[in-house]
Amino acid sequence: MEIIMEKPIKEPKILDSVIDTSLKKTHKIAVNGAKVWYGDFEAIKGIDMTIKANTVTAFIGPSGCGKSTFLRLFNRMNDYVDSFRMEGKIKIDGNNIYKKKVNVEELRKEVGMVFQKPNPFPKSIFENVAYGLKIQGIKDKKFINDRVEKALRQADLWDEVKNDLKKSGLALSGGQQQRLCIARTLAVEPSIILMDEPTSALDPISTAKIEQLIFELKKKYTIVIVTHNMQQASRISDYTAFFYMGELIEYDKTKIIFTNPSIKQTENYITGRFG
Amino acid sequence: MRKIKELIIEKSLLSSALVTIAVTLGIILVLAIEAFRFFSEVSIFDFFTDTQWTPLFTEKHFGILPLLSGTLLTSFIAIAFALPIGLSISIYLSEYAPKAFRKSVKPLLELLAAVPTVVYGFFALVVVTPFLQEIIPNLSGFNSLSAGIVMGIMIIPYISSLSEDALHAVPDSLREASFGMGSTKFQTAFKVIVPAASSGIIVSIILAISRAIGETMIVAIAAGQQPRLTLDPTVPIETITAYIVQVSLGDVQHGSLEYRTIFAAGITLFVFTFLLNTLSYRIRKKFQEKYE
Repeated sequence: MEIIMEKPIKEPKILDSVIDTSLKKTHKIAVNGAKVWYGDFEAIKGIDMTIKANTVTAFIGPSGCGKSTFLRLFNRMNDYVDSFRMEGKIKIDGNNIYKKKVNVEELRKEVGMVFQKPNPFPKSIFENVAYGLKIQGIKDKKFINDRVEKALRQADLWDEVKNDLKKSGLALSGGQQQRLCIARTLAVEPSIILMDEPTSALDPISTAKIEQLIFELKKKYTIVIVTHNMQQASRISDYTAFFYMGELIEYDKTKIIFTNPSIKQTENYITGRFG
Repeated sequence: MRKIKELIIEKSLLSSALVTIAVTLGIILVLAIEAFRFFSEVSIFDFFTDTQWTPLFTEKHFGILPLLSGTLLTSFIAIAFALPIGLSISIYLSEYAPKAFRKSVKPLLELLAAVPTVVYGFFALVVVTPFLQEIIPNLSGFNSLSAGIVMGIMIIPYISSLSEDALHAVPDSLREASFGMGSTKFQTAFKVIVPAASSGIIVSIILAISRAIGETMIVAIAAGQQPRLTLDPTVPIETITAYIVQVSLGDVQHGSLEYRTIFAAGITLFVFTFLLNTLSYRIRKKFQEKYE
């Protein structure tokens, strides 16, 4: 596998006000009293949490426990839900992303997302990966070509597609499509990558490839992944958070959660007694 | 007993389907036979190259070009007017408007297509033309400009409604992907959603063109009855459809050569709309394959 990892994490663009550097090093994401409502339904019931830079954090829990909603708070994707309402603070690199003047588009260049179902654009492979750069107004062809190649290499897709970059992204297999979506996210060089059950629609071999990829990517990125697959969480993550009914039940090193959880509910869930 | 009932129902449904096909074939057959008789007296070459259309005068010319240019000119004006408005409406309704607004405005827009075309014709003649004459003083009372514009108003819902359907059918996962990459709403709409729905949008435009080419009442009332090979939108012209109305309502003797001109004109029109409809059908089929 050829993976290029030479560039250090660049300075996030949303960091224009006060930065606590010591905090930044350890806490990439800090959540303070987050509450979410959809209409009258309280989906997140007050969660505090910090996530370290360059780690993989897995969110687990039964369906409807709020883990996806919580994940989508980090790039403000819930904003599009009509009845969405939220309270509390979410700081990324020390900046509250729910402040009024936050530029949501800039935030999402910093916090990339990979979705459950592969969703490449009905464009060529090249155009899919170049999309994020082009919408930023970048026109330098060489720069775009280099970034596209680099992103495809990072996503371990380059060798499979280098000869038909003009082919439609939709012509690829499901696993390749998902790696294309990862490449598309990497091309804009975010510092955080959110993954919402990225392998749930894929076969075991494609899943293994993406897990390998996540392992490599954490050297450069902070990764938060929602998964229904216990083995996956234990294989790839450094930290695991267990959610239930909109609450964060337990959050610790993955090793501890899976071998010696301190709360009975967590143990019941990971051993398959409910959920 | 039940079996016989089922049989009767099945056969009667089948026969109504066959009636439709038979009627269509009958129309094509009549058109073809009469046009064939016409072309045994007038050469096809003259028909397509002569620049004058004067079958009702003593000195007869049978060149379809003036009628064709009239039809294409009014249709072009209609599309040029309807396309930007119709597309803007569809993008607004699908990507920007609140759900409730979309739900109530779409049917209202479709009402535009339900206004009787004779009303549109008079609207063009007594409202739009006098208004345009304020701006363009040498505009004739009958002209292709106001007929074209009013026809454009009539076909706006064809473009806006069908394009909106196509835009709305683009899966939300693509919108999420685009927003997730840091696109604005505008970038998402124009760089992702519109290209993804392009075949559906093209189909809507073709159907609108087809509708404009076949439109009769508006052009018969407001565009005039003077076959003229021109691209000047301010002078009276005549379209194929308007000519057919003129002859059908006039006292031309049945079975005469003058009478058969309307079949020759009719089959020309039919070929045009048939080609356009076939094209849109092809594009739509390709489009369906892509998303299934």
